[in-house]
Amino acid sequence: MSNVVLSGVVKRYGRVTALAGADLSVPSGQLTAVLGPSGCGKTTLLRCLAGFERLDAGEIRIDGTRVAGGGRHLPAHRRSIAVVPQEGALFPHLSVADNVGYGLDRATRRSDRVEEVLALVGLAGYGGRMPHQLSGGQQQRVAVARALAPRPSVVLLDEPFSALDAGLRAGLRHDVRQALRADGATGVLVTHDQGEALSVADQVVVLRDGRVIQAGSPTTVYREPADPWVAGFVGDAVLLPAVVEHGSARTALGVVPVAGAVTDGPVTVLVRPEQVRFATGPGAISATVLRHDFHGHDALVGLRLADGTRITARILDGDVAVSLGGEVTVHVDGAARVFPCAERPGGQVEPSTGPVHVGIS
Amino acid sequence: MAVALTPLAYLAVRTGEAGGDRILAELWTERVGLLALRSLGLAAVVTTACVLLGVGTAFLVIRTDLPGRRAFAVLAALPLAVPTYIAAFAWVSAMPRLEGFWPAALVLTLCSYPYVLLPVAAALRGADPAQEEVSRSLGRSGWQTFTAVTLRQIRPATAAGALLVALYVLSDFGAVSILRADTFTRAIFVAFDLGFDRTGALVLSSVLVVLTVLLLTGETATRRRGARYARLGGARRAVSRLSLGPARWPAMVALVGVAGLALGVPAVSLGRRLAAGVSRPGALPEVLAAAGNSLTVSLAGAALTMLLALPLGLLAARAPGPLTTVLDRLAYLAHALPGVVIGLSLIFFGINVAYPLYQTRWLLALAYATLFLPLAVGAVAGAAAQSPTGLEEVARSLGRGPWTVLRTVTLPLTLPGIGAGAALVFLTGMKELPATLLLRPTGTDTLATELWTSTAVGAYAAAAPYAALLVAISALPTWLLVARSGLLDKEDGGPS
Repeated sequence: MSNVVLSGVVKRYGRVTALAGADLSVPSGQLTAVLGPSGCGKTTLLRCLAGFERLDAGEIRIDGTRVAGGGRHLPAHRRSIAVVPQEGALFPHLSVADNVGYGLDRATRRSDRVEEVLALVGLAGYGGRMPHQLSGGQQQRVAVARALAPRPSVVLLDEPFSALDAGLRAGLRHDVRQALRADGATGVLVTHDQGEALSVADQVVVLRDGRVIQAGSPTTVYREPADPWVAGFVGDAVLLPAVVEHGSARTALGVVPVAGAVTDGPVTVLVRPEQVRFATGPGAISATVLRHDFHGHDALVGLRLADGTRITARILDGDVAVSLGGEVTVHVDGAARVFPCAERPGGQVEPSTGPVHVGIS
Repeated sequence: MAVALTPLAYLAVRTGEAGGDRILAELWTERVGLLALRSLGLAAVVTTACVLLGVGTAFLVIRTDLPGRRAFAVLAALPLAVPTYIAAFAWVSAMPRLEGFWPAALVLTLCSYPYVLLPVAAALRGADPAQEEVSRSLGRSGWQTFTAVTLRQIRPATAAGALLVALYVLSDFGAVSILRADTFTRAIFVAFDLGFDRTGALVLSSVLVVLTVLLLTGETATRRRGARYARLGGARRAVSRLSLGPARWPAMVALVGVAGLALGVPAVSLGRRLAAGVSRPGALPEVLAAAGNSLTVSLAGAALTMLLALPLGLLAARAPGPLTTVLDRLAYLAHALPGVVIGLSLIFFGINVAYPLYQTRWLLALAYATLFLPLAVGAVAGAAAQSPTGLEEVARSLGRGPWTVLRTVTLPLTLPGIGAGAALVFLTGMKELPATLLLRPTGTDTLATELWTSTAVGAYAAAAPYAALLVAISALPTWLLVARSGLLDKEDGGPS
């Protein structure tokens, strides 16, 4: 259980800057997900933490002790930071038990620690197998057990579920989360899958272009994203141009209450598709159904408002019968998040083309 | 690295000393032109034949439903176990009037087509069947798919095999000498051995080196251009097999015919001579003494080679970069240098620079190190790939220091490959002929040199025991090569 703090970490490979001053704090005993698109520097961040790479600037402290930066580089094997690589990377010449016991001293190896962590990942009794006799998911479980066994300060998980198929992934990530929690381990999970980050992490850190854009709980990052890009990256987003007057935003979807204190003037508002409800009555806006993507547990409905604005609504299936081309009426439930109008180029919404629907699925 | 370069540097220096006029006089003769034409012609003919034979056989045994294809795969790879000079000896002792360009081309082709077969078979096995399926689904016929997709998938493997064959033919000494095909290697040996014509031998060697360099750079150039062989992730799927139908009978006859020529002729011929040879009084102690000499010299050579290859191979595997490429190529160049040239330059090197080494087994060991360094570097680099850096990083993250990681992860994973490399170098050293002939200490005879001496005086029966023992020894590295190529792997799926 340890507290890890990175401040102003810079790492360059030749002319490419992978980390451009990343600041990050990993609270003890929690799982922090580092979320970002490919090439944002998340794997570099992990390699710097583990001690496989030297920093060009900045520093890393574990429990207040500096392990990297300022001319110091504690080698990987002295950091007590265990990694779980993408492909598991089990030692092919060692049995499961020997793999798990690799980081243990002789005495601990003979204790029941090996069996204990194997049980944590749901592989009790598999100690005698060889890695090639295991399925991909089982290999990843062993890799997690191996990292947990020596009770490291931090366990680093580098997209450990990305090579598995979707069904297996959900189960494994839940089990790994449980195993980390049961062992009281501090974890850092690197991933590009926002669903994975939001569902398992205590803290989500959004990384872009080698910088930390936002860090917070999954609900904070989803409900109060730092900017429109984060809003679109962590979930489906409807971004609309609006004008704020007396604490409410006038949008193509009608007048919507805004979250927090906002000064009057033109803004961009974020409405999540699940806030768009099919409803009748005063204030409801009529819309034409363009699209209906059925997902089983819910459905995304693409709508065109009277002024041509296109939006997306998420409905629980069976709520409403929708037919393509049909007319419905909608209103926005709850408050909308507001961003200053020209927060960043490209993210700005131009009134002539209507609002942007940003979604990562 | 210095070991690989010493002979080359020495060659350049000594040739330069001869003076420009003398070099030109030696160079611009009709004979050198003829030698060059004949050497290159032989290389071209043999390489073409080997590519046709090797790719065809590989396709038949890997990608068709040919009956008994695993047995055929082994049969097709076995000629590697027959050193060219033994094959030549076997043919000559069966048909004493056989000599010249075409017989040499035949013998060399039969001995070296496995150099194409093995890498191509491995490539065919590893190729992504989805690419062919996509091609078929886009409306290309089977033949169009074969030429447009399959042949391109195996192109790097074919090129690598063809390069090996071409270099092998250029540097071959035993077969061309026994079959009296006048090429550079034979001319160099004759110039040195009969006439003690040092300058002539050196100039001829230099020309041979230049030819070799041209071949190597040509191959590099074609490899660079548009070399992209994407293989996206995903599990390996078994390749589908082509149903031959009635065509399988002529295919089998062809394979049996090739195997008969490549293996049957030497086997029958050796067997006949052997029956006569062992009954000769005093044969056994002589054979044993020669075997002992072969053993010690090859052991020393293998030890020295591995010592040099370890850092080079690890460097090549771990830090790929321009420097590694250069090192790699230089080692190949030394490999492509004929044993005759290496032997010759080391003689001069021994006499003039390192006299204490001259006429000792160590100079011969040095020659082996120069000749077989590429083999060993390849083995070490391949073994290092068995222990990817990711594994070592995980081990370090689990709190193990560099030495412990080396002892518990890197070495256990790489030692089998390194050991196999050492065995390969050792056994190849046992077969080596020309450098051994030139560098062995006076009075020390190895299996290869005894065979040579007996053949030279037409004592075919006396030569047979040495030949048989050498074939038996050569069979071991061949087996290693075949096992590693994946030719013997269990089928990973039936025809689909």
